[in-house]
Amino acid sequence: MLDISTLHYLVLGAALFLLGVIGVLTRRNVVIVLMSIELILNAVNLNLVAFSRYWQSIHGGAALHGQVFAIFVITDAAAEAAIGLGILIAFFRNKETVNMDEVNLLKW
Amino acid sequence: MNPPVATPFFFYLLAAIMIVGGILVITRKNAIHSAMALITTLLAQAALYLMLYAPFVAGVQIMLYAGGIMVLFLFVIMLISIERSQKERQFNKQWLVGVVAAAALGGLFITVYTTTSKGITLFVERRMAYSENQNTQLIANLLFDRRGGTYMFAFEIASLLLLVAIIGSVVMAKKRI
Repeated sequence: MLDISTLHYLVLGAALFLLGVIGVLTRRNVVIVLMSIELILNAVNLNLVAFSRYWQSIHGGAALHGQVFAIFVITDAAAEAAIGLGILIAFFRNKETVNMDEVNLLKW
Repeated sequence: MNPPVATPFFFYLLAAIMIVGGILVITRKNAIHSAMALITTLLAQAALYLMLYAPFVAGVQIMLYAGGIMVLFLFVIMLISIERSQKERQFNKQWLVGVVAAAALGGLFITVYTTTSKGITLFVERRMAYSENQNTQLIANLLFDRRGGTYMFAFEIASLLLLVAIIGSVVMAKKRI
């Protein structure tokens, strides 16, 4: 069988990224939009770790910069989920809905 | 060290699980079903990290994502009422424009990957099997070591970001701001 190259992982990451973008652009439920953002961040993480392995094959086993960066992205994802869900709770308390297109308090 | 076993089969299996899980995330009506599909996707991705010789990132993925973030999501889904939102329209009015924009982005991806992958080979040349029992130590060297710790400052900034996130989410979820 064919060996798996870095490009395979990149294509899988691109597919997940597209799924996340479709979710963000089309869904109304804020919770599912936040989950789609998690999908996007995970696609980026997959690319980072795949490139980290490729970089390791060139520069030796200690070149783990991609994995370190993936850990930073996971940190950002945790912060983003906490803040986003806090905003969602505040919004639900005020408007009794979780739909994106009913967020129009600043519209005139 | 033994060479990896049946790597293409497991790659395609896990990729299929991830894609199906992602499709279920963005199409399910019930938010809890979406969360379960997302957990499946994240666990399959952790297995892919193991295949990429990143055991520490795989462990962080399982503990932080599947254990932490998704539990947070499930709690919030239970706090807000999901019965009403299930009876409503699931996709917004601009869904066609959104799908077209995403398709344009996909066309961009296909163009980039087909044109730039011609000259370059992204295969990992030698079938290198890296020692996995040193992975955590090497990451810690990059993060914390005084001489080689390239990411020490970034690590401190990340801890500050987490502090801001804690305070922000507590303030946001208070009853009267």
